[in-house]
Amino acid sequence: MSSKVQFASAPVDIEQAPSLGRLRLKGFASTLLKAAALAAFAFLLFGPLANLVLWSFAERWYAPFKLPVSYGTRYWEVVFRPTGDAMSSLMTSVSIACLTVAVALAISVPAGYALARLKLPWRTALMILFLLPQAFPSVAIYINVARVFYSIGLTGTIAGVVLVHAAHGLVYSVWIAAAAFAAVDRDLELAARNIGASPLRTFFTVTLPLAMPGIMASAIFVFLESLDEFTGTFFVGVPQVTTLPLLLYNASMGGNYQIASITALILLVPSVLFMLFIERFLKADVLSKVGQ
Amino acid sequence: MTRPSFFGLLLIAPALAMIGALFLYPLGFSLAAAFTDGSGNPTLAHFAKAYELYSTDILFTLFIVVTATILTGVVSIAIAGILTLGETPWLVAILRNLYRWPLFIPFIVAAQCMRTFLAKNGLMNNSLVAMGIMEPIQATSLLDWRGIIITFVWKQVPFVTLMVAGAMASVDRSTIEAGRNLGASRPRVLIELVLPQVAQTLLVGLVLSFVTMLSVLSVPMMVAGSQPTMLTVDMAFRINSYGDYATANALGVISYAISGIAAWIYLRHNVKREVQA
Repeated sequence: MSSKVQFASAPVDIEQAPSLGRLRLKGFASTLLKAAALAAFAFLLFGPLANLVLWSFAERWYAPFKLPVSYGTRYWEVVFRPTGDAMSSLMTSVSIACLTVAVALAISVPAGYALARLKLPWRTALMILFLLPQAFPSVAIYINVARVFYSIGLTGTIAGVVLVHAAHGLVYSVWIAAAAFAAVDRDLELAARNIGASPLRTFFTVTLPLAMPGIMASAIFVFLESLDEFTGTFFVGVPQVTTLPLLLYNASMGGNYQIASITALILLVPSVLFMLFIERFLKADVLSKVGQ
Repeated sequence: MTRPSFFGLLLIAPALAMIGALFLYPLGFSLAAAFTDGSGNPTLAHFAKAYELYSTDILFTLFIVVTATILTGVVSIAIAGILTLGETPWLVAILRNLYRWPLFIPFIVAAQCMRTFLAKNGLMNNSLVAMGIMEPIQATSLLDWRGIIITFVWKQVPFVTLMVAGAMASVDRSTIEAGRNLGASRPRVLIELVLPQVAQTLLVGLVLSFVTMLSVLSVPMMVAGSQPTMLTVDMAFRINSYGDYATANALGVISYAISGIAAWIYLRHNVKREVQA
């Protein structure tokens, strides 16, 4: 085979034509092989998730049995009982995530605009600075954040957790916001200025609406990051702030697989929805400018 | 030109303040705690203690992260290669819709999934036994280093594949077709023609994955319980059980150093590329 590539002038490969029947058999075998490989891939991909769903509906499931001994929604009722731990964790998680989005957007929209449109000294260095928190092993940072927060009374508070989550999501929000602003056609802004709009009015009526889909994408990113964040909350939020990931962890380590699985499923829904719809929000023109 | 620049700095100032307060300051704090003793004199004693207690775990962490990164790279290249060069439309279409599912699934959810899936009586062993592929007696729990690696690869492959497949889609089709017309097999086209053109993207994805895996606390805690374990778990243990910030921060500096190796590989490759260009 190798000679055919090395000698560009060699004639195009003409294989010996096999008989039609053998060709059909070969095609069938290869289809079967591909289907089997795909099935194995799907099993490895979805098997762990299927196990999660099974556990959430298993009322009793112990060693020799391959499937749950009895099914039911008892644990779902426990989780969704209005006074239960899970509902309060869900409320905590969602409010922390909303606050984190508000903080992150308030900080990253101006920063993104500045990075995309204004002359900044050391622009590349600034972009990399926002990436650094993601490029460092975070546990070592969080234990020291917790120590600093402890001295100023921020450990175990919602505000402390929100700050940690916002800093963690900042690289996404700033980079995506910068990309979203960079993708806005400058001529449209100039046209608005030409017909007499002030810079501020141009920003709020032209630039910001056009950049909105990208900023929405960054908001969703930050929301999900906050909802799923475990390590920072583990160090900064304990013992008062129990988000869903912490509830999941405690339930799982305590051997309560049903509660852990249901909590995991609750966290799974927004993640999978986002995966399915991300392309609606993050258009290719914005995506191609991320990190530039 | 000074005015807009000053205005820009004003707009970016809150973001910089946040990075300073919540990243740079704690980073300085961790370095100070790792390199000084109680009265502020420089010392390496914390590293000696960290090495004495956790040298196995340092090697274990390196082994897990390097192996998982390599496996992630291999699987991602294979999937992205099939997506780009595949000639079976239904296979490519199904694979394209399948591979992305774990993309945004949080590590802690992945850990909980694997904790049940890979157990001795988990769904994986049970399914293999039910299909007659494995004898019940052969069923073993994979909840140790293998479990951690499987979880990491499961979680990171979609991310790297997404990046690599995107890069492969923008590779000039005519080079691929030229290679195919000259009789090169698809694996050969993938490795010799396509891969060099997407190496940069692949490297970025793998370096990001490497650092991510180094930072995850939930997976080693939940998937593999006992010793040896990863540095993240050791750090949490030092803090929560002993309040021993000195040793924990020494371990932290060691984990910075490990991620520094990844950054160094990335930068070296970049410099080499620029020299060639």
